Amino acid sequence: MSNGQNDTGRREMTGAEMVVQALKDNGVKHIFGYPGGAVLPIYDEIFQQDDVEHILVRHEQGAGHAAEGYARSTGKAGVMLVTSGPGATNAVTPLQDALMDSIPLVCITGQVPTTLIGSDAFQECDTVGITRPCTKHNWLVKDVNDLAKTLHEAFHVATTGRPGPVVVDIPKDVQFARGVYTPPQTAPRTSYHPQVQGDLDRVKEAVALLANAKRPIIYSGGGVINSGQEASELLRELVELSGFPITSTLMGLGAYPASGKNWLGMLGMHGTYEANMAMHDCDVMLCIGARFDDRITGRLDAFSPGSKKIHIDIDPSSINKNVRVDIPIIGDVGHVLEDLVRLWRATVKADKKALYPWWEQIAKWRARDSLAFKTNDEVIMPQYAIQRLYELTKHRDPFITTEVGQHQMWAAQHFHFEKPHHWMTSGGLGTMGYGLPAALGVQIAHRDALVIDIAGDASIQMCIQEMSAAVQFDAPIKIFILNNQYMGMVRQWQQLLHGNRLSHSYTEAMPDFVKLAEAYGAHGIRCDKPANLDDAINEMISVKKPVIFDCRVATLANCFPMIPSGKAHNEMLLPDEATDEAVANAIDAKGRELV
Amino acid sequence: MNAQLQATGSAYFISKETQRPEIHTLSVLVDNEPGVLARVIGLFSGRGYNIESLTVSETEHEKHLSRITIVTRGTQHVLDQIKHQLERIVPVHRVIDLTVRAGELGQDRPLERELALVKVAGTGDARVEALRLADAFRASVIDANTEHFIFEITGKVSKIEQFIAIMKPLGLVEVCRTGVAAMNRGPQGM
Repeated sequence: MSNGQNDTGRREMTGAEMVVQALKDNGVKHIFGYPGGAVLPIYDEIFQQDDVEHILVRHEQGAGHAAEGYARSTGKAGVMLVTSGPGATNAVTPLQDALMDSIPLVCITGQVPTTLIGSDAFQECDTVGITRPCTKHNWLVKDVNDLAKTLHEAFHVATTGRPGPVVVDIPKDVQFARGVYTPPQTAPRTSYHPQVQGDLDRVKEAVALLANAKRPIIYSGGGVINSGQEASELLRELVELSGFPITSTLMGLGAYPASGKNWLGMLGMHGTYEANMAMHDCDVMLCIGARFDDRITGRLDAFSPGSKKIHIDIDPSSINKNVRVDIPIIGDVGHVLEDLVRLWRATVKADKKALYPWWEQIAKWRARDSLAFKTNDEVIMPQYAIQRLYELTKHRDPFITTEVGQHQMWAAQHFHFEKPHHWMTSGGLGTMGYGLPAALGVQIAHRDALVIDIAGDASIQMCIQEMSAAVQFDAPIKIFILNNQYMGMVRQWQQLLHGNRLSHSYTEAMPDFVKLAEAYGAHGIRCDKPANLDDAINEMISVKKPVIFDCRVATLANCFPMIPSGKAHNEMLLPDEATDEAVANAIDAKGRELV
Repeated sequence: MNAQLQATGSAYFISKETQRPEIHTLSVLVDNEPGVLARVIGLFSGRGYNIESLTVSETEHEKHLSRITIVTRGTQHVLDQIKHQLERIVPVHRVIDLTVRAGELGQDRPLERELALVKVAGTGDARVEALRLADAFRASVIDANTEHFIFEITGKVSKIEQFIAIMKPLGLVEVCRTGVAAMNRGPQGM
């Protein structure tokens, strides 16, 4: 088998060549990375081919979030390549981020040669040890003959079942060593077999329960997006057939269109009044691909007390973890929904009239207009900025990423998503600095699309260095900063919990974002008057290179409605009730301890 | 190993846990590959579960399968979570709650045995008494000179605990225990 390729695709090559070959064989077109001593052999191989395009970031964290954005917007695995030691430790944040949001992310790390492992060598760290709790699985490959199989397995594990991040740690001597490359196999390891098909009897039970519901609600999450386009279509079909109201988690926005008539808006801590009240008062809850996160449930012992709950999830450990459910269905959302919709069509004669009283009640909650805010002629309200951004870009089908904080919640509330895979945000981990590199990753995958990072002035500075990568790779991402000079969400919590003592949540020295954009070779725009906002946004869209938009907004606006910590869904703080006094007393001593 | 008994999870879990904690024995069949034990132990420490006893060894050499026996304490809700979380680990093949299985089979509890080496030093009456008691416990002498014995004792955890307690005033020097090995009675495998 010397050098020549035989029938089965097995051939001899170096470890570094295997990495590139495995990327090609797993359909990878782009990877995000940063070179260093322990990955130089792989970079040398990347240099000598054109099939896989490498995007050079400016910090390994950026590579990870870019790969996440790429994965989230395409449904394919995102791939990052970093060196040993600091390269690997810098990857930890995106790995944990991808773990919590179930994003398929393959991270290839260089490692010091096997002979030096354990000697505290230069740029050595225990990569598999450090990344063990923040990956779905990880591998240290000590024998070049295991490398190809391991890489294929890594892609398989990352992209199947509940998707997640994986790490393959490759010592430098293994990259140089020659061995036999094997192409991807269909037979996965025996201990890994995610359950895809749901138990049909349970689905039948669920349909029977749903068919007789008087006050039903569908609560969908990121699992619908992860399951693929078809799952979103089936979800829409189910809503159409049943006439049920639907709400979604932060991660699930876009699976059901915001323009749909059954849409209640997002639920949870900063969700709409109607969505949370409907969750609280429903008699049957259908949870699809969501995990009853604490940001969704609020106080657990008062969470939807009168309802029967159905939970569809591919991960058995998500069932009954936080909330007890009556009918658990373990399986892929798409597969289960297919059965559910088919059974519904075959057995249920929908009586949509039976739902009229429920819809009337919902209409009353809706009339509270919980997302309302007072507009102002002098200063730009942050909610208004998002509204205008939405109105002026919606016809372009934009991809939206965010950082983490108030701006993220305002984006979720006031930007409306019609399609899955168009909303990229750090939900579980809440990683400030996610949005800019994620936008870069999205733009690399969708060259002609409009990609906007809705950012805050604090978050944007956490991965601002990736502007340089965006310029280098002609990625015309738009960074729309809601600049209020505060870490707004931190300040909001200090007002709620800590007697308005604003400890270190104000940024006294702020860079000039317009000059900063220009320094990077991008385009800078500043706007501080509502009257000029539309023109400025249109300018941003028309510029064919990366843009930083410094949108100066009202500095003290807070994000409402809100379920204060330790409170239940029906104890929301609404914007018109959020006086200074109400804010100061919203959370009791017990709630103060919660996150 | 860590004494947290509450259900872990959300910070919003402020409702009182009404279930009582129970002690269960789990059998975990895993691929014997580097790091697999660290994954299992890391799961327990990372999520705040208890380990009362842990035993691991390769049991099927050709298939490179190891069997990990974990004695843990928690409410039924936590025990269910532990099982599901263990099953998520990629090299884990199967997780059996032996205590639950024993109940299903109409048995009191699974068979559980532990081995201990117990070193006792002394002379005179204490020495004679130690040997007499060891005999009563069916512990065997595996090393001795005129000043000490090392006993090997196998049995239920309670028996070993009792033996060690009895040896304490008779010149107990040190103890080494294997942790619990367990399986269910009857013809079926795990």
